Amino acid sequence: MRFGVVVFPGSNCDYDCFYVLKDVLHQDVVFLWHQEEDLRGCDCIILPGGFSYGDYLRTGAIARFSPIMRAVQDFVLRGGIVLGICNGFQILLEGGLLPGALLPNRDGRFICRYVSLRVENTNTPFTLLFSPGEVIRIPIAHYQGNFFLPEEELSELERRGQVLFRYCGPSGEVDAAFNPNGSVGNIAGVASLNFRVMGMMPHPERASEDLLGSSDGQRIFLSIVKWYEEEGSRACS
Amino acid sequence: MRYCGKIIVTLKPGVFDPQGMTIRNALHALSYREVEEVETGKYFRVALEAETKEEAALRIKEMCDQLLANPVIEQYSFEIEET
Repeated sequence: MRFGVVVFPGSNCDYDCFYVLKDVLHQDVVFLWHQEEDLRGCDCIILPGGFSYGDYLRTGAIARFSPIMRAVQDFVLRGGIVLGICNGFQILLEGGLLPGALLPNRDGRFICRYVSLRVENTNTPFTLLFSPGEVIRIPIAHYQGNFFLPEEELSELERRGQVLFRYCGPSGEVDAAFNPNGSVGNIAGVASLNFRVMGMMPHPERASEDLLGSSDGQRIFLSIVKWYEEEGSRACS
Repeated sequence: MRYCGKIIVTLKPGVFDPQGMTIRNALHALSYREVEEVETGKYFRVALEAETKEEAALRIKEMCDQLLANPVIEQYSFEIEET
């Protein structure tokens, strides 16, 4: 399978994602410039973190109109796998590919540190190598990661199992004390209705080598690989 | 005709506004104790050509719905002047 990492003007985690996929996990991966309209045969698209278009207007609001995003929209309609990390998550929300919005952090500060996450649903292409309720460590680095969804929609999201990761304590306690940014329900990552599109604020590409303090992030990328080997060639072709 | 749309985008009631709260606290620090609440928002001035004021309003509304405001968290209002 082939991964494509989209490069917007202002992306700054694009090379980290590319490096982890190519050099750490030995996957086929290409960069996709935002002006391109062809996904070049990629089976999984990654929208990396950064400050696309300088965060003008709202985070992700301008990037969603890039030519490449039209191709990504079509790819999603065909059941393609898309992972949005941090700013990539913001772009997916602005583009209506995931429900909700991200507000400025509760305390009005940029936060850059490791957090514990509880894996809520392991029956998805992004989480199948985790066990339900497992606690993993992946860093966050954002000013605007305060996930918001009106209450009725939130309960639907919860009921359908679309919440994949929650901020938690070291033993998996989901509690306000372990909520870094004020997100409703301590939500750190959500999936689309068909579980083929996922957005998360934590950066798995920054936690993919033990040398960097954690390799838990690797398993998100490797889950996608395994899912693709098992069912993807049928679903995404 | 040439028109000018003045658009104000604000957060919907109940959506957390940390900037507004921080500014309110700063005003309190300046001893404006009477300040109860500060709400932040965005202002856009859009100059455009349109046949009529109604057409200009329709176009501005579309722009707000598609780009200038995020309907999940924001609301908008605008007025239009002939220039």
